[in-house]
Amino acid sequence: MKEIYLDNNATTKVDDQVFEEMRPYFCEFYGNPSSMHFFGGQVQKKVDEARNRVASLLGALPEEIIFTSCGTESDNAAIRSALEVSPERRHIITTRVEHPAVLTLCRNLSKRGYRVTEIAVDGEGRLDVDELRSVIDEDTAIVSIMYANNETGVIFPVEEVGKIVKEKGALFHTDAVQAVGKIPMDMKNSTIDMLALSGHKLHAPKGIGALYLRKGVPFRPFMVGGHQERSRRAGTENSASIIALGKACELAGQFLDDENNRVMAMRDRLEKEILAIVPKVRVNGGLAERLPNTLSVAFEFVEGEAILLLLNEKGICASSGSACTSGSLEPSHVLRAMGVPFTCAHGSIRFSLSRFNTEDEINMVIRELPPVIHRLREMSPFGREVLVSN
Amino acid sequence: MWDYTDKVREHFLNPRNVGEIKDADAIGEVGSLACGDALKLYLKLDESKERIVDAKFQTFGCASAIASSSALTEMIKGKTLDEALNITNHEIAEFLGGLPEEKMHCSVMGQEALDVAIAKYRGTAVPSHGHDHEHMEMEGEIVCKCFGITDQFLKKVIASNELHTAEQVTHFTKAGGGCGGCIPKINELIAEVMGEQPKEEHKRPAKLTNLRKMQLIQDVLEKEVRPLLWADGGDLELIDIAGSLVQIAFRKACAGCVSSGHTAKFVEQKLREYVAEDIRVEEVEG
Repeated sequence: MKEIYLDNNATTKVDDQVFEEMRPYFCEFYGNPSSMHFFGGQVQKKVDEARNRVASLLGALPEEIIFTSCGTESDNAAIRSALEVSPERRHIITTRVEHPAVLTLCRNLSKRGYRVTEIAVDGEGRLDVDELRSVIDEDTAIVSIMYANNETGVIFPVEEVGKIVKEKGALFHTDAVQAVGKIPMDMKNSTIDMLALSGHKLHAPKGIGALYLRKGVPFRPFMVGGHQERSRRAGTENSASIIALGKACELAGQFLDDENNRVMAMRDRLEKEILAIVPKVRVNGGLAERLPNTLSVAFEFVEGEAILLLLNEKGICASSGSACTSGSLEPSHVLRAMGVPFTCAHGSIRFSLSRFNTEDEINMVIRELPPVIHRLREMSPFGREVLVSN
Repeated sequence: MWDYTDKVREHFLNPRNVGEIKDADAIGEVGSLACGDALKLYLKLDESKERIVDAKFQTFGCASAIASSSALTEMIKGKTLDEALNITNHEIAEFLGGLPEEKMHCSVMGQEALDVAIAKYRGTAVPSHGHDHEHMEMEGEIVCKCFGITDQFLKKVIASNELHTAEQVTHFTKAGGGCGGCIPKINELIAEVMGEQPKEEHKRPAKLTNLRKMQLIQDVLEKEVRPLLWADGGDLELIDIAGSLVQIAFRKACAGCVSSGHTAKFVEQKLREYVAEDIRVEEVEG
């Protein structure tokens, strides 16, 4: 069975061109970029090229890019550094809908004497910027607010946030793991101090990430040891993956228009058709500005894991905000923060597209999904009245 | 992805006995939309009103909830009510070739719906939990407020499945899986049912040099005491240690708090627990 992969916010296919770019750096050009000999030096040149490519996608300077092992490491490095450089400030601001990479860290820090404020979102998943204005103060060391939400795709007004943060002299970090490569960004004209990105969300392999660190922003490394990455991230460079990330960023820049036109049009069509065919459905964050590739849709009276497994039978790969898939017992913290009614929070499914999806695949989902929902609703003791109209 | 057995998959993809029985003799309903799973079980009895001749279900829930419901209806058809009541959740899981432990609550839900249906039919007290069926008489006190689960129900599941940890109880009943506020109470119930004492004994060192004692006092204050005060916006500072006398000053919300005397007692208790029996704590200005 050929898979129809609509779970690109979880991870993405490594682009063939990316793989070809990294392939020689395992068995052939395996030198250590830090070595004095030509054999390591040639790898260093490719690592430099990769740094330029990543910087170029972000509109940043090459020296503002620090390679890390993943998005989570970048987030941890940014937040921990901000706290170390301003030890007198004991307040952290984040949001209720952050990825666990940020939220778990902040909650742990709150047990270590830091005051943590989690900003709320409205029913469409939009950030309450007024709340940020009212809670930020001279004690705030770091504000960490995601660029776009992984579950709903809702985009936060990061530049507006950045301005508010600057007024209080705090640092602003954004987890942009879901946004980089999907929407344009330009660090030259930005209020962002630090930004986390992850390779495997943009068709590079897993195990590589980067932290953008604005020139002039003080930094204390999270990983110490060797002098790599200008002593800002010790550990021998993962050269093959760094080279892959560089290529992936170059391609992402080239495909940015495609993402925001063709991919978005497929997402919009999928959304429209589902709403037209299936009754009692809502789009989570549907009224907010969203990433072009993400659709989170809630089906009332049915449970997400059951939907996913029936779609799985057809080769369709998506994910769910439901409790049962993760083994936890409550629906995702994002949907709960948005106040998605419990009648449908358990039945939320996320479709996340990429440039590798085709119109045929979307047609297939539009054909296969409604019968799956109908079948589960027939089994459900709730919402029986919907079946009559269906 | 869950590691479901082929039997679970098969019963999920082709569930037996889905639907309702219009003239059912007994109906058992458990769970709710808010809980994330729910089961409505219909039973049809023979003329003697003792034997189950037909069983159907409607289920809202994940694959294992649907498979458990399907398994349950297959298992009880042809059984007398008393025989059916003897079916344990473990047997439902076994029928399916096992369930992941995190999903055991699905098998418990099946057994529970059966208990409720039969109890309602016989007019006896319902040995269950649930917030949706307000007309039911519930036995016991609510322990888990998030999922509306009673102590009686928990005790029964703990005993029949021989559960030893609060995490297991959550996997089997969902209790404790929401806010987690009832986990201490769940531990008490486990201790009561399984006859185990919750392990709370800390080894105090038999002999301490003065230096080691001072280090240990500082350690306990840092790791066991201050994080708890931080949680309420308070703090304390260690001022001095003279033999067994520990002098502390309260900071932030604790400073000037009316119950700081109580807090000092708490600090003393912690230090006695971890360091030495004769520790005294004194609050000083500083």
